[in-house]
Amino acid sequence: MNSISTIPDADAAEAPHFGAVRTAFQQYESQTRAAGEPDWLASLRRRQLTRFLAAGYPTRRDEDWRHTSLDAVVSMPFALASSAGPDGRIVQLLEGSAFSSVSGQRLVFVNGYLIPELSRAVRSSDGVYVAGFASAVQEKSEILRARLTADAEDGSDGSLGALNLAFAREGAVVIVPANTVLDEPIVLVFVSFPQTAGERTHVRNVIMTGPNSRATVIEHYIGLGTESAVTSSVTELHAGQGAVFEHLKLQDESNSVFHLATLRARLESSSKVSCHSFALGSRLARQNVLATLAGEGIEAVFNGLYLGDADRLIDHYLSVDHAAAGCASHEFFNGVLDDKATGVFYGRIRVRQHAQKTDAKQTNKNLLLSDDAAVHTRPQLEIYADDVKCTHGATIGQLDPEGLFYLRSRGLPVATARRTLIHAFAGEIIERVWCGAARDILNRLVWERVERTRHVSGSER
Amino acid sequence: MQPILEIDQLEAGVQGKQILKGISLKIYPGEMHAIMGPNGSGKSTLASILAGRDGYEIIRGRVLYQGRNLLELSPEDRAREGVFLAFQYPVEIPGVNSAYFLKVALNEVRKYRGMPELDAIEFLALVKEKIKLLDLDEELLKRPVNVGFSGGEKKRNEVLQMAVLEPRLAVLDETDSGLDIDALKIVANGVNCLRKPDNAQLVITHYQRLLDHIVPDKVHVLVDGRIVMSAGKELALELESKGYDWIVREAKRVN
Repeated sequence: MNSISTIPDADAAEAPHFGAVRTAFQQYESQTRAAGEPDWLASLRRRQLTRFLAAGYPTRRDEDWRHTSLDAVVSMPFALASSAGPDGRIVQLLEGSAFSSVSGQRLVFVNGYLIPELSRAVRSSDGVYVAGFASAVQEKSEILRARLTADAEDGSDGSLGALNLAFAREGAVVIVPANTVLDEPIVLVFVSFPQTAGERTHVRNVIMTGPNSRATVIEHYIGLGTESAVTSSVTELHAGQGAVFEHLKLQDESNSVFHLATLRARLESSSKVSCHSFALGSRLARQNVLATLAGEGIEAVFNGLYLGDADRLIDHYLSVDHAAAGCASHEFFNGVLDDKATGVFYGRIRVRQHAQKTDAKQTNKNLLLSDDAAVHTRPQLEIYADDVKCTHGATIGQLDPEGLFYLRSRGLPVATARRTLIHAFAGEIIERVWCGAARDILNRLVWERVERTRHVSGSER
Repeated sequence: MQPILEIDQLEAGVQGKQILKGISLKIYPGEMHAIMGPNGSGKSTLASILAGRDGYEIIRGRVLYQGRNLLELSPEDRAREGVFLAFQYPVEIPGVNSAYFLKVALNEVRKYRGMPELDAIEFLALVKEKIKLLDLDEELLKRPVNVGFSGGEKKRNEVLQMAVLEPRLAVLDETDSGLDIDALKIVANGVNCLRKPDNAQLVITHYQRLLDHIVPDKVHVLVDGRIVMSAGKELALELESKGYDWIVREAKRVN
């Protein structure tokens, strides 16, 4: 049925480091073939690898990557991460991790391998499907084939998305049937625990929520160890007509990890969707949010908070496509940058010609706590309809001296006053999380991080 | 008896420009003083210096608070020692809940004074009692500090904070400005209720009308950075009927 496509041979112009990518792919392919992966996926992986080899890694010459260099990722050795079983340190990390108290279904991945012993997934009577990608491609072969093929052809996630699917060993597949209400959030935990420098983990998640369903999915990325590594994550989200869905991502990886991620969302009419990105960790983090508002009457919120210190870089790239009339999309991103950290925010809103009565709003606010911290923020509105409301605004500033003085004049120590203001700034974002349990957890977590901020207790103002 | 506040020949300025040109006054326990004066006379500068706002240079003189050098204390230490400034323009703090803020502030002050901290229930009981005094809606406590408050609510909220923190020295910087007559009466009533034999209040105002409702022991007139006249409360009435011009002329003549 499927002829498995071939990968073109390397030519002289090909970057030398792609040799390792080819070798890794050959090895990986023999594993997946031995595991009996469907032909359509094998073929898709080859096409994606070919796409990656042709395009290569994005460079700063790409307009969308102007402020974010992947040189360090390119020069790192290319080796697929190996499984690190459920050892004591991982168990301990999970027990103390942010969402450990949240009951409900849970999948735990370590270095991109599903660890069933640490997971809690049940085949529930309501028909909700929660499983690892490797079993899902067997059990839900036709659904995933259609989904992944369409997403691959769309190609909006670029060469990194192609590389991701070529190597994606695991990930979570969540399918919520129509009219099903899930009370508990589904928690997906991705632990990176690199053993040698340059280990790569590729996870591919697929979330499909049926018409008029209600669900929450939390993705939590954490790590152990100090070896440099690359986590590549792509989540495909499809929210059905009238679905109410909340997606919350907490990226809190080790400071030696490069985190390259995409959330691609296709929202159908009358759906109400909130996507949150909390970027607290990793050395370099790139989060793409590529959303298509495909039907009328959608309410979408894209909400994010990034905290940066040391010389870390946190990049959010948003592209929201209003392809239908009468939709609202609101983007709120706040950043707190300390030391020599850099924040990048790019927000593109496209309103197609027939997408009348669009209400699109974008704000990006940044708080710089040190003289060496930097931020690059760029809105881009492309409006082809004439009856729309589109606003955008970006601010970059320091803590308000009047606010600080006011708090101190009531007896708050200067460090507490600073923390209070920073936390309030972060709190604007946290407050938008619907899931109460997650909101409380994030409030505590962010407060802890702010406590650690070096410049909080500083006397400069 | 030791004064609560003693200002002695205070000269101060901002960005190289001298604003206060030698101010002296003493406020004893149980007293309320009013400082009146035309715009630009240095009233708010004085209030800011007493509360410890950044950016002011002290050129000469000293300020003693209960016998201690006030100017060497940080704003938070002044607050804990019992100095309170009701802001002319209360600051909006988005994202910080009013009740939370007030509780943290009160407990900072209590800790400093060696008193046990109040828990949420005790705090709420206290604040509910004080809030009645100012005829404020309890719902305001659930909102972020001063955000979405009307002008009058902001000023009443300042006096509520004062009622909760129970300062030894309260400086009210134009707390009457922008208030309608009803709000003015509520604020004045609040301030009157907080007068105690062991505390002191310094009321800074441009207009006499606040002094219809709160009766100062002394009125000082500040003109061009100097106190040009000090007298009893009847001085306020004279200023109201005759304006500031005559006193400004008088001051120039004397100099």
